[in-house]
Amino acid sequence: MIKNLTCIICPIGCNIEVEIKKGEIVSIKGYSCKRGEEYAKSECKNPLRTITTTVFTIDGKVLPVKTDKPVPKEKLFDCMKAIKSTKVSLPIEIGKVIIENIEGTGSNVISTNNMR
Amino acid sequence: MVKSTDLVIIGGGPAGMSAAISAYNNGIRDILILERAETLGGILQQCIHNGFGIHKFNEELTGPEYSWRYEKQILELKIPYKLNTMVTEFTRDKIITAVNEQDGIFKIKAKAVILATGCRERPRGALNIPGTRPSGIFTAGTAQKYINIKGYMPGKSVVILGSGDIGLIMARRMTLEGAEVKAVCEIMPYPGGRARNVEQCLNDFNIPLKLSHTVVEIHGKHRLTGVTIAKVDENKKPVPGTEEYISCDTLLLSVGLIPENELAKSAGIELDSVTGGAVVDQNRQTSVKGIFACGNALHVHDLVDYVSEEAEIAGKSAADYIKNNGMSPGSFARNIIIKTGGGIRYTVPRKITSITDAKIYFRTSGIYRNAKISIKEGERVVASIKKKRVVPAEMEMIKLTGDNIREIKGGIVTFELEGLHD
Ligand code: SF4
Repeated sequence: MIKNLTCIICPIGCNIEVEIKKGEIVSIKGYSCKRGEEYAKSECKNPLRTITTTVFTIDGKVLPVKTDKPVPKEKLFDCMKAIKSTKVSLPIEIGKVIIENIEGTGSNVISTNNMR
Repeated sequence: MVKSTDLVIIGGGPAGMSAAISAYNNGIRDILILERAETLGGILQQCIHNGFGIHKFNEELTGPEYSWRYEKQILELKIPYKLNTMVTEFTRDKIITAVNEQDGIFKIKAKAVILATGCRERPRGALNIPGTRPSGIFTAGTAQKYINIKGYMPGKSVVILGSGDIGLIMARRMTLEGAEVKAVCEIMPYPGGRARNVEQCLNDFNIPLKLSHTVVEIHGKHRLTGVTIAKVDENKKPVPGTEEYISCDTLLLSVGLIPENELAKSAGIELDSVTGGAVVDQNRQTSVKGIFACGNALHVHDLVDYVSEEAEIAGKSAADYIKNNGMSPGSFARNIIIKTGGGIRYTVPRKITSITDAKIYFRTSGIYRNAKISIKEGERVVASIKKKRVVPAEMEMIKLTGDNIREIKGGIVTFELEGLHD
């Protein structure tokens, strides 16, 4: 299988072609520097994304939150579901843990703003 | 009664806060920030996504987190600010009329003023799309505010016109919140936003990006029921026969930002017809002495990190201006105008007024490969840089040293780009 990626590390935006056989990377072409190669590898093996979203407070306010570490891309929607079913009470400080180890990813959901 | 203050900063977003801290660190204590909203931080409060601060803090922060780094300093340094305060009048002799609930209407005479009023979205009115005018059409920024601040979704099935960064970010945001984003249409042959956002906001969710496409008709009586999109030719004219109907209840417009320049206008400050912001020199001083501008009020930046950096320059310049009682150090004075040649859309600054190191930021007008960008005086190259690839969505910079500037004998230099057009 050939996977085509656009490297997002710098504005040059190299088109990188990764050949994958039986789940293993056999070749990577098209990158111009090491950072591009690293990016292609992690994108193919285990793409990770930080989730940024909001939770409601008990009195109906909206608090922005994020995962403190990126989570596997395929778990984005499961994590969203868990976050959406959470309600928090105020006051809350920036950086406070709202959900620990969300969906077993090892990442915590934390508050990204102060709110009273 | 007219109160007098050394430095008034209009706008308490990232530019205003950074300018205030910089002025403070350069010795000014009598500072007042006037902010229209009920918090500091400006637009960052609704930009809950991350990617802010990579240059400044070497970390990926969300908008509110980035803002907090500055708010904290404002509080620690006890720099005064007024929230919920609207500036209603601003004159070139630096008299500001403002209003809020506590003080009523008040006037301040400032020694120096920094305009840090940010930018606004191009409204749909400017767009002339034929068809009906149902509800369900929002600017991307309005939708962002509804979802991230007020907590409700503007719709369930979405088409986005324009691929600016906010549009891309909103495509992901609405998808995560359960909406179906059916397409992002971009009239240009290349995306308006940064590659990273195309990848992580669209490609991650298989949202089609239709380049060289636009919305040609809007359907629906009370609520939007769908849009017709079509391919456009090189002159951005729809190509007959390429129309495609997409049913949707929401259309987001992400067709660009323009500097908020009403106050600059009212003070008679010279404006740049390309950026829509004030014409400034390398100190970010406008055509009116003692009035400075920075951040998105000056030109729309792609990263808030650059806004903060630019605001630091403005803050320091304003501090110097106040400390020197409005006199600029004479022997260093120069009056050089920067003109743009082919391939360059604009530069900031557009004037060089002193022999001090200056960073000249610029945007190209298209995508170029193997580009060489030079600043020339006549045929002589003053400075140049080479870039493998330049794109309009990413701001670039050439540094001029004091020596470079001393060597410029006349009053005009030109920015030129040579390279392969994509
Ligand atoms: S591979 Fe290297 S040069 Fe190419 S886009 Fe990625 S970081 Fe930039």
